[in-house]
Amino acid sequence: MRLVLDGLTVVSDGRGLVHDLSLEVPSGQVVGLVGPNGSGKSTALRCVYRALRPTRGTVRLGEDDLARLTPRRGAQLVAAMTQDGSVGLDFTVEEVVALGRAPHLRGGQALGHRDRELCHEVMERLGIRHLARRGVLTLSGGERQRVLLARTLAQEPRILVLDEPTNHLDVRHQIELLSLLRRSGPTVLIVLHDLNLAAAACDRIGVLSRGRLVAAGTPGDVLTAELVAKVFGVTAGVVPHPLTGAPQLLYSLDSSR
Amino acid sequence: MLLVSVVVAIGLGPAVVAPDETAGYLWAALTGGRVDADDATAYRIVWEIRAPRVLLAALVGAGLSAVGVAIQALVRNPLADPFVLGVSSGASVGAVGVTVTGALASLGAHAVSAGAFAGALAASVLVYAASATRGAVSPLRLVLTGVALSLGFQAVMSVIIYFASDTEATGMVLYWTMGSFGAASWEALPVVAAVLALTMVLLHRQGRALDVLALGDETAVSLGVDPDRHRKVLLGLVSLLTGVMVAVSGAIAFVGLVMPHLVRMLAGATHARVLAVAPLIGAVFMVWADLASRTLVAPRELPLGAITALVGVPVFVALLRRRAYMFGGR
Repeated sequence: MRLVLDGLTVVSDGRGLVHDLSLEVPSGQVVGLVGPNGSGKSTALRCVYRALRPTRGTVRLGEDDLARLTPRRGAQLVAAMTQDGSVGLDFTVEEVVALGRAPHLRGGQALGHRDRELCHEVMERLGIRHLARRGVLTLSGGERQRVLLARTLAQEPRILVLDEPTNHLDVRHQIELLSLLRRSGPTVLIVLHDLNLAAAACDRIGVLSRGRLVAAGTPGDVLTAELVAKVFGVTAGVVPHPLTGAPQLLYSLDSSR
Repeated sequence: MLLVSVVVAIGLGPAVVAPDETAGYLWAALTGGRVDADDATAYRIVWEIRAPRVLLAALVGAGLSAVGVAIQALVRNPLADPFVLGVSSGASVGAVGVTVTGALASLGAHAVSAGAFAGALAASVLVYAASATRGAVSPLRLVLTGVALSLGFQAVMSVIIYFASDTEATGMVLYWTMGSFGAASWEALPVVAAVLALTMVLLHRQGRALDVLALGDETAVSLGVDPDRHRKVLLGLVSLLTGVMVAVSGAIAFVGLVMPHLVRMLAGATHARVLAVAPLIGAVFMVWADLASRTLVAPRELPLGAITALVGVPVFVALLRRRAYMFGGR
């Protein structure tokens, strides 16, 4: 399902956080949002999973206006892996994954046979089946991120948004999580800090600066030395990845040159 | 277990009635059977004095446990108990105010309970109004406002007592802060039972939503759960049930704090399960706590809150020291 942000503007307490952001995520593609801290990436994502109502503009899922869907229907279509990944209570891993079924079940309705099968299948796919009965508070950072991703996949979303899912993960877990994501199916909009990971994982990249979209396109088109210098204020050389050909940035610590 | 506890507890007291005879009397009362003239006194003790008291203890024990679960989810704080939002001190102000001023005299014996209930609801409304910003209630703000207003109510009560300076008001304060089922009657039971039943049904239907809320507000929204709407409903339910319970029995400490944790250790954190188990265990515990309060130093009564705290504090500390049990981090 295609995701379209159309003229999205968010003003909060008189401060403009996002200005007139228009971005299309074609069905089945992975699109990355990058930009410096405070550039409005998370704000834009929050509009997609409805933690925030845009001041102006619309979010469209396929042909539907998100604002016209019930919260339940919206959550059946869009799943989110947010930054507040902390869990307040010591649920087991399988309980957390099963909560992904919440938008598909009525108030007191118990999990059905198909719901359980799906949760098991997702846990299998993410390699956390053996953790099923562990308490989530006992997990390592990498395990916990996989559990949270499993919860979003159990939601069977058509569109998946992720806010810096690779935070606190070591290199291997970063790579694993992003490759899982590429294989997982739904349309993906993802905020990433690491530009090289973004270049490797995304079909297209949008660059935000001070709430405005300043560039959008394939990683090769967007991630240039000029743009990185302008938006992030750092000097970088861009070289093609020796194995994949994706653009990779090599930073120089002495950025004044 | 609950049934056995209730029957045994009804039998025990200054005049001991064997469990089988107790069951016989209760059966006779419920089915309209006949009781021999010799047994009339025992029958009256069982049916008119002890039965409503023990049943009320069971209801309040169940209610406090359920409210404890709900309020810990509402303010997302494991240390919350049913009285954290100032409901009990509001009720005390209401009760003492009615006693001292003689207001609501037309309600007769129910004036104090009515005053306590009004005070409890007023406290809830005040806490909500003071903590809501743009129609949204943040859990932390709710707790802080509740704690602050509790202290305020206690101050108001001190002032009332200082100026009233009669022993009745002082006794009233002790009654309300420690709790007792001494005033139990058959009349109060249906109200408590109905409110408890309503709250339990509504809470059960929200079980999964409460689980989702524990994942954080942002995640809750992404799962189609509106945290604000649920918190308002929860606040309403919790205030209503707590107000009713405080009005009939005062503020009984620790049951609402400890039972949710105890049950989570036994049955896991899922709210549907905790909400099913906690009220049963809470009811059993309260029946025995009340029995202890009226038999240990008979004919005097130990304050109920002292007993629940004496049992609850060590249990709670022991729970916290267990490494396997974690909530909100390590």
